[in-house]
Amino acid sequence: MTAPTLPASRGSLPPEGALAALGRPGGGSDRGTLLSVRDLRVAFDGHEVVHGVDFDIAPGEKLALVGESGSGKTVTALALLRLAQGAQLAGSARLAGPGGERELLSVPERELRGIRGREIAMIFQEPMTALNPLYPVGEQIAEVLELHEALPAHEAHERAVQLLAETGVPEPARRAGAFPHQLSGGQRQRAMIAMALACKPRLLLADEPTTALDVTLRTQILELLERLQREHGMAVLLITHDLNLVRRFADRVAVMEKGHLVEQGAVAEVFSAPRHAYTRRLIDSRPVRDVAPPPAEGDAPPVLQADGLRVSYTVPRPGIRGWFGRDAFVAVQGAGLRIGRGETLGVVGESGSGKSTLALAALGLLPAEGELRIAGRAWSGRTTADRPLRRVVQVVFQDPFSSLSPRMTVGQIVGEGLQVHGGAPDAAARRGRVLATLADVGLTEEQFPGLLERYPHEFSGGQRQRLAIARALVVDPQLLVLDEPTSALDVTIQKQVLGLLQRLQRERGLAYLLITHDVEVVRAMAHRVVVMKDGAILEQGEVDAVLERPQHPYTRQLVAAALAD
Amino acid sequence: MPASVEPVSPGRRAWRRFRRNRLGFWSLLLFCAMVVLSLFAEVLSTDRPLVVRYQGQTYFPIFKDYSEKVFGGDFETPADYLDPFIRQRITEGGNWAVYAPNPYGPRTLNYFASQPNPAAPSGENLLGTDDRGRDLLAQLIYGFRVSVLFGLALTAIGVVLGVVTGALQGFFGGKTDLAFQRFIEIWGSMPELYLLIIFSAIFAPSVALLLILLSLFGWMGLSDYVRAEFLRNRQMDYVRAARALGVGNLAIMWRHILPNSMVPVVTFLPFRMSAAILALTSLDFLGLGVPPGTPSLGELLNQGKANIDAWWISMSTFAVLVITLMLLTFMGDALRDAMDPRKAEG
Repeated sequence: MTAPTLPASRGSLPPEGALAALGRPGGGSDRGTLLSVRDLRVAFDGHEVVHGVDFDIAPGEKLALVGESGSGKTVTALALLRLAQGAQLAGSARLAGPGGERELLSVPERELRGIRGREIAMIFQEPMTALNPLYPVGEQIAEVLELHEALPAHEAHERAVQLLAETGVPEPARRAGAFPHQLSGGQRQRAMIAMALACKPRLLLADEPTTALDVTLRTQILELLERLQREHGMAVLLITHDLNLVRRFADRVAVMEKGHLVEQGAVAEVFSAPRHAYTRRLIDSRPVRDVAPPPAEGDAPPVLQADGLRVSYTVPRPGIRGWFGRDAFVAVQGAGLRIGRGETLGVVGESGSGKSTLALAALGLLPAEGELRIAGRAWSGRTTADRPLRRVVQVVFQDPFSSLSPRMTVGQIVGEGLQVHGGAPDAAARRGRVLATLADVGLTEEQFPGLLERYPHEFSGGQRQRLAIARALVVDPQLLVLDEPTSALDVTIQKQVLGLLQRLQRERGLAYLLITHDVEVVRAMAHRVVVMKDGAILEQGEVDAVLERPQHPYTRQLVAAALAD
Repeated sequence: MPASVEPVSPGRRAWRRFRRNRLGFWSLLLFCAMVVLSLFAEVLSTDRPLVVRYQGQTYFPIFKDYSEKVFGGDFETPADYLDPFIRQRITEGGNWAVYAPNPYGPRTLNYFASQPNPAAPSGENLLGTDDRGRDLLAQLIYGFRVSVLFGLALTAIGVVLGVVTGALQGFFGGKTDLAFQRFIEIWGSMPELYLLIIFSAIFAPSVALLLILLSLFGWMGLSDYVRAEFLRNRQMDYVRAARALGVGNLAIMWRHILPNSMVPVVTFLPFRMSAAILALTSLDFLGLGVPPGTPSLGELLNQGKANIDAWWISMSTFAVLVITLMLLTFMGDALRDAMDPRKAEG
């Protein structure tokens, strides 16, 4: 580790924008400074990922660190507590405290352990992995108290129950004895927050605290954080990629791009008058509605028609009864859908609502009861008999990293459809078709020499998603099932991919079955929308009608949550 | 945007990481060299001269049997080229003969040895002889070859069986998996050694029989790993996408899942091979292995035990075994590192 440089000797200033922010609008200065970060640099194996970042946090202030994946925002936060493994840190991060200022980057590890959790606490994105699955949550919270405040065990336990109650976990006394897997996602995140707040820290580092949660839960967790922040008067450094969250929660915002802090300032100012091009792009990344009206329907049967569609899984019964039979878990029941040519049907719902099951059933990958016709024909369940139907309906999955086999080349991945369906007479023709399809999704040989021989790991998330779209398009389908096609992508990339899908729909007359949890995406893409909860369809109709005048209370809640955060 | 022009497959990246491990890489080179040399054992170590020029005519005893009479002997029996008389006949005057670097075959008994058996290392027998008078170096070369080839064959059969059964279990899951797992549990609890003893009593011992018997039990460990990989990979989105494209089960297994499930298979190859060599050696040591007369490291170890004062037998056999197994282990170590997905970009 290099010795931290003094703030006075800053040699290199961050690029434009940050200079203007040194005046720190937002009233941080009159309250003094809690944490002052100067020229923070983080490198892994000599490869620098954070290139000199400066920011201050005043006591009780809410600062949001915004950026896309790979911008270095999480590493910056981890570096403050020296939690980034194998990182070489440089610069300075001074924490003001009762005993004077301390340099976080150079205090001895022992002293730092006293700071972690006690003065600076952290909450993580995924509470399931951040909580130890082997201990009850109450015990984990109590451990923090025993460690930092040297409370006796029974007092620590009482405090833990209190904290759980404070964070809004119902029946806190009972839940304190529950293991993480026995809690729901929202409760787990609440328990995490309770644990972070146990020692009343003065600064809370919140790393994407709501990203893993459903939209309706996000609002609740955010409100909880806000309330606790007010009550405890602690400062919060919120790390997020979600601008809505920033707008709603933070006082000030700092925008990171590729390890540089490109702009910071008061939230209202930055949002109304972004100075840096990247900030403008981020703010502009709301998906835009650009949907052609579906073509008039002829006599051809609809691309997808479902009536009373029911999909169930068998699940083992708990305990000894599991030896004698299995229960059926109904993931989708009584779904009635219709998608015409060139039409987009959006399916919105939270996790566990059965929307992905619906997608798999439409693809004929799960046995379903009831009536389901793709272009007038039903799935038979036999590979060869279904093959003609497979040309009609194709799929794009959410995660561009698991949806492409890492050991196949681009040419093999995209060309497989032609191989299966005999779409090209010979290898040269197949190659031509593959290249044409790839060009159609915006991947060309000029950009990537030797495109067909490349492997997926050489492409970024957005490019991989384009590859996945090309794989589906190469067989000329009529219906594309899009299972959360953009949720794993950064916002600016998401906008590009949605734009691509809109263009493809116009040019090819594709119909989409768009599965998403994101009301914004549906608003931008769909003609009609279906709202699902617990396997049932609550409401369906034209996008405008459903999203502007939702009838069902759940839809109202969903739409309100999307607007609010 | 990726700047590199040359596309790199995951396999090639692993190979690069492997090469960076010098110890493993040199072990691989050395091992390959030893195996290749041992494949030419018939030229390197044989009791017949490679070429004989005798009275204006050229003979190739290495390929063809000649009787003693050809070289001026008295009998119709095949010539013994270690016989001082014959040796003299084919080297005197204008005659000459080219002997192999080690002029003994694996079963050659030198009837004209100057020392009692087992003979200590000397100019005549570089590593000495065993208690039957056979040259030790020749024994080691041929024994090494038998061991390595046996190890390769056993590993290959085990891998094929293990991958096929593991793939079937993992891919189809459910009842297939359940049935196979129970079968493996029963099969795996059979006393292997007793079976070997029983079978070697019923059938004439041979390398093929040993290979079959060991193969019957050698596939189960790998099968479990492959099964786990298939179970994991079959629910990946790229497999679903392939299904949605209408790709058949076999093609999905072969093209999509198998290449992504080979990491444990490849990683364990050198270790499996060293285990196979060790198994053969131990069985030979116990006298349950290859038929008598076949050169074998285990049998040599047994001789070393019986003739503890003839240190050259046990020491040299021990050295060959240790070097072979160590090279394989070094290779396995390097391979394991190379295949580790957490290892940084290569």
